[in-house]
Amino acid sequence: MSAVATEKNITADLASVIEKNIASLPSQMQKRKEALDAFKKIGLPLNKSEEYKFTPVTRFLERNFDLSVSTQPGKLNPAPYFIDGLDASVLVFINGVYSPAHSAIKSPGITVSTLQDALLNNNSTALKYFGTLADVNADAFTAWNTASWSDGVFVHIPKNVVAEKPILLYHIHDAQAQVISHSRNLILVEKSSEVTILEKFDSAGSANHFSTVVTEAVVEENAGLNFYSIQNDSGARHQVGLIQVQQANHSRVNTFTFSLDGKLIRNNLHLTLDGEGIESHMYGLYLLGKDTLADNHTVADHRKPNSFSNELYKGIMDESSRGVFNGKIYVRPDAQKTNAFQANRNILLTDKATVNTKPQLEIWADDVKCSHGCTSGQLDEEALFYLQTRGISKETAQAMMLYAFAGEVLESVKDPVIKAYLDQVISERLHKNF
Amino acid sequence: MLSIKNLQAKIGEKQILNGINLEVKPGEVHAIMGPNGSGKSTLASVLAGREEFEVTGGTADFLGKDLLEMAPEDRAREGVFLAFQYPVEIPGVSTINFMKTAVNQIREYRGQQPLDAVSFLGVMKEKMKLVEIDQSLLNRSLNEGFSGGEKKRNEIFQMAMLEPKLAILDETDSGLDIDALKIVANGVNKLRNKSNAVVVVTHYQRLLDYIVPDFVHVLYKGKIVKSGTKDLALELEAKGYDWIKDEVTVA
Repeated sequence: MSAVATEKNITADLASVIEKNIASLPSQMQKRKEALDAFKKIGLPLNKSEEYKFTPVTRFLERNFDLSVSTQPGKLNPAPYFIDGLDASVLVFINGVYSPAHSAIKSPGITVSTLQDALLNNNSTALKYFGTLADVNADAFTAWNTASWSDGVFVHIPKNVVAEKPILLYHIHDAQAQVISHSRNLILVEKSSEVTILEKFDSAGSANHFSTVVTEAVVEENAGLNFYSIQNDSGARHQVGLIQVQQANHSRVNTFTFSLDGKLIRNNLHLTLDGEGIESHMYGLYLLGKDTLADNHTVADHRKPNSFSNELYKGIMDESSRGVFNGKIYVRPDAQKTNAFQANRNILLTDKATVNTKPQLEIWADDVKCSHGCTSGQLDEEALFYLQTRGISKETAQAMMLYAFAGEVLESVKDPVIKAYLDQVISERLHKNF
Repeated sequence: MLSIKNLQAKIGEKQILNGINLEVKPGEVHAIMGPNGSGKSTLASVLAGREEFEVTGGTADFLGKDLLEMAPEDRAREGVFLAFQYPVEIPGVSTINFMKTAVNQIREYRGQQPLDAVSFLGVMKEKMKLVEIDQSLLNRSLNEGFSGGEKKRNEIFQMAMLEPKLAILDETDSGLDIDALKIVANGVNKLRNKSNAVVVVTHYQRLLDYIVPDFVHVLYKGKIVKSGTKDLALELEAKGYDWIKDEVTVA
């Protein structure tokens, strides 16, 4: 069989699996069928795909997964994966299925429920916004997710409410056998409201597992959204995620993506700044080892004048790991006085580690301030030497500098409990002994 | 304390040190002067353990041990301190954290108990006063945004904290105005005692008005070609280096 034939086959094979399963999935049947059609048309990304050039998800799917096998429901104790010390709403999904026994929703004045519940109960907001932001024609994984999603969270913050308690989404795979899951979230933050949402991905077991995660978020005028994604799954996690955010005037969105472990992670983050006076920040830190591949593709789409976006992604690649970064900034013709900044800094610790980084600015307005800077290199030898001449061992000097490097992103985390948790994980990973 | 015999070193293909001989005893201050390119900074770098320089011959012993065999951190732990000519900025590493780590790793090497946070802060305050450095500088990242003078004062502060037996000051005076120079020199002088020694590498005589040397050596083309007392420095200041170059060529 030729390579081309195999690749065509996987899309077709997968499409028939999706089709077979669709009938048993809850709600939004029309959109699921449309998504399946889109999936067939686009097909899974192949070698020549520009957007997946360095991240061969399709090849991993072919090699590591049997798409005809259905995923069993899982059973495990999620407590070891929780972040302690947060007074929050907790939703636990095991193999993509909501686990009420392990969850606890505390939502005075706001709506937090599973997406399934919201849609089955004909929640008007959910029905209005579901599937309107994430474009099934733009990416095969978005299409696959829209056709096959099982559950996720629905969050609706009404006007003028600052949600005091964050909402924690724990996505855990019981990977004693192969798992393929699809999670879908929908978030609406109304005028002048605020909410913090954190998603965390973990697993137990050594089988390969794959998930697509699509989050659509509408952030209305003067509203705020803080979104954390913690990807520290020590199992064989393969994941393609999309966070698609629509922003109105004066809104503020801060995203924090920490990719610390896994097999293959692809994060798509897309902010549409469709208003004036917006301020958005996208932060990312990827600390990779073994043969982990983590790919962050981001988009800041400035559509109107006078808005600000700032992006800082930093990566440390150790052993044979691979980092990929592509940061797109679009400044549309009407978006005068846009300020858009992007920085991607990478450190490679070994000869085998690699990083591919590409800034991509497409600017159609003429009165803007935009900058980008992508660097990759080793640790500053001069600085290491300086520390050594003060009696600090080379290992400690290296740990100090790597911790300082990662620290810039950690500094941006606002919540003290989340920050302390991440500090602990990062310190351990970087062998911080000082 | 420091015994250098026929030390030769090169960087890449370029031979820079061509046989340095130098003896430094406890309590002494030695000044090393010379025109640009004579090898002054190379000498300091080789003693501190910079990997870019390859020692091609000779020896350097410190307190009876082979200095050139030791990793840079071990040289520091044995008591050698290099005050850099161009101290590097290390953003994100706080000066206080850095200093505490250094002090405690050196103490561990010497079989001493590490200082806890409170004791450490106490020592720090004491040394800050000694070298007239401001607390605000120390709360920041190491050397980040420091002026030239502030960086050099930070070098002397570190020297005060680490209490080395041999301090090598690599062109510590370069880029300093007279006020900054006085403060730096003052700090160095306060740290001197009968059991430690200082090697001052400098291009200008001016610093030696404040850190008065017992011995002055002139380095030229990688060799010490003339040694004398502090008067030699004054002679160089008056006549320049050409006089030495002529003397050497004639010899």
